[in-house]
Amino acid sequence: MIEVKNVYKSFKDVHAVRGISFSVRQGEFVALLGPNGAGKTTLVEMMEGLRKPDSGDIFIQGKSWKKSEKELRQIIGLSLQETRFPEKLKVREVLRLFASFFKLGTERVDEVIALVGLENKRQSLTKNLSGGQRQRLALATALLNRPQILFLDEPTTGLDPHSRFDLWNILQELKSKGDTTLLLTTHYMEEAQSLCDHIIIIDEGVIIKGGSLNELLDDQSHNLDELFIRLTGKTLTDNSNQVLK
Amino acid sequence: MKSLKNNQLYRLILCRFAETVREPEVLFWGIIFPVLISIGLGLAFTQNNESKFNILCVGTQGTELDSLLTIYGEKSEKKGKETFIWKVEDATLGNTTYHFIHSDWDNAIISLKRGESDIIVTDSLSKIGYHFDPNNAQAQLAYMKLSALVQSPTRIHSAQPQISPLTLKGVRYIDFFIPGLIAFGLMSSLLWGISYTIIECRSQRLLRRLIASPMRKSNYLIAIMFVRIVMNVAEALILLFFAWLLFDVYIQGSIGAFALLFVAGNVAFTGVAVLLSCRTSKTESGTGLINLVQMPMMLLSGIFFSYHNFPEWSIGAIKLLPLTALADGFRAIFNEGAGWLQVATPTAALFVLGAVCFVAGMRWFKWQ
Ligand SMILES: Nc1ncnc2c1ncn2[C@@H]1O[C@H](COP(=O)(O)OP(=O)(O)O)[C@@H](O)[C@H]1O
Ligand SMILES: [Mg+2]
Repeated sequence: MIEVKNVYKSFKDVHAVRGISFSVRQGEFVALLGPNGAGKTTLVEMMEGLRKPDSGDIFIQGKSWKKSEKELRQIIGLSLQETRFPEKLKVREVLRLFASFFKLGTERVDEVIALVGLENKRQSLTKNLSGGQRQRLALATALLNRPQILFLDEPTTGLDPHSRFDLWNILQELKSKGDTTLLLTTHYMEEAQSLCDHIIIIDEGVIIKGGSLNELLDDQSHNLDELFIRLTGKTLTDNSNQVLK
Repeated sequence: MKSLKNNQLYRLILCRFAETVREPEVLFWGIIFPVLISIGLGLAFTQNNESKFNILCVGTQGTELDSLLTIYGEKSEKKGKETFIWKVEDATLGNTTYHFIHSDWDNAIISLKRGESDIIVTDSLSKIGYHFDPNNAQAQLAYMKLSALVQSPTRIHSAQPQISPLTLKGVRYIDFFIPGLIAFGLMSSLLWGISYTIIECRSQRLLRRLIASPMRKSNYLIAIMFVRIVMNVAEALILLFFAWLLFDVYIQGSIGAFALLFVAGNVAFTGVAVLLSCRTSKTESGTGLINLVQMPMMLLSGIFFSYHNFPEWSIGAIKLLPLTALADGFRAIFNEGAGWLQVATPTAALFVLGAVCFVAGMRWFKWQ
């Protein structure tokens, strides 16, 4: 489904991604887990065709961004790490706009509104939404075209536990239907653990370890926290707490 | 019908339009403010003008001037100081009021520095001396009027037959001002409306989100430009309506030529706006850039006052500014009855400028 082969990317003197390879199978839920600055966003944006790798290849269903951008845009859905939708537009207007890019009409718009539970906010201006509602709107725009592949960059960062749980439930439901392949980035252990079949741990632009939760944990590491400390000598959560405050 | 409703260009335009009208500031600065400022300035310059001069008298007690003041002046108090007010009526040039305030030299200089007074009058050996900055037009006018008055205090009262007032349409200040205001409104609305929107969209990463979907980039730009230009037409029509209603200002020349020049102006500044916003993703530096382009033209292009008062060497350059071309073209059509031919050059030049800037802007445009 997705194939990433030995991808490199630098910004001036920062080597953000340094030789990453992995593949994702159809219907799989994959987490890219790593602290801030690990290179997650850079990697996902290359997979989304928004940045070009310095070297290496990325194929989605065997197609490259360079040759088949138009086709690929139709079958993926995504939400970026930080997107602010136009403040003066209403939830439903934003969704109708994004729906029109896929030539979709009001029916699908109302469907995704129900899917993410924003029914009573459909006529609210986006500036009046809470953080959790905003993330659900971002998810709704990503789901409009029933994407085969969904990319979510830190979908729950900065949310309170309750809103985070709401979002996980929506994604769980999606998973139970089994039509969607999901790739999400996060620095929350629980998120990777509870949602994803496959977890790829990234730090400083390289993959440290990857596999299912059972494969990753062994006698020495009883949870992902311990594993991360053992592998890198630092903690994930310290970093993430700094962002939250 | 259904396909139109789900058409992306149509949706982009609708959203852009909704965003624009939900921004009360935009409506105020774009539509109400220009009408208010034209009413204000129009009234200020069409009322029979009353001029007032403040004159400081230093050491003139018991002199010739003092005796004139006791005859013609009216004694009063102003901020605890003794003041004589001398009113001179003039049917053609408007009434003039002189306020004579006694003072000592040091305080007089301070008052002059603060702009509270126009000139200082002294008296030595019953010869009146006038002290003022010769580069200050208001002070010079005060001097000329006052010195004439002192020489023959009674003569100026009646209408002066050698002056024949011109109140023809097209020579009043308001006739000069309205076309300039339309040109200026058009420029600032496009620069802010287009550049700022694009830069903000980029800085909020919305632009990146949009191009990550199968949106056509050209549709995004067309929507922004289309809505802005429609707003400009509305703004100009409203301003024209009030100008006609209140001051009887109207287009004396060819309306078709005016419309074409108006379109050319929109094209020119749309191009400039796209070029300005093609790379910046910080709203602060965007604001700086927009001001960098707008401020010099606002001051130099003769929107409020004629640029012919600027030094000779600069006028050639000023005439090359796009806002000058637009404002002068509008004025020619409004006030001199110009038609297609007379404004063909500025119209063509503005179209070309717009096209060149637009192509360059697109070439360097940073979508993410
Ligand atoms: N546009 C950019 N220009 C320069 N450096 C960047 C840019 N984007 C990311 N970086 C750097 O690349 C590294 C990885 O960043 P990022 O991919 O955003 O990490 P993550 O998403 O895991 O927090 C960081 O050191 C960051 O500072
Ligand atoms: Mg990131």
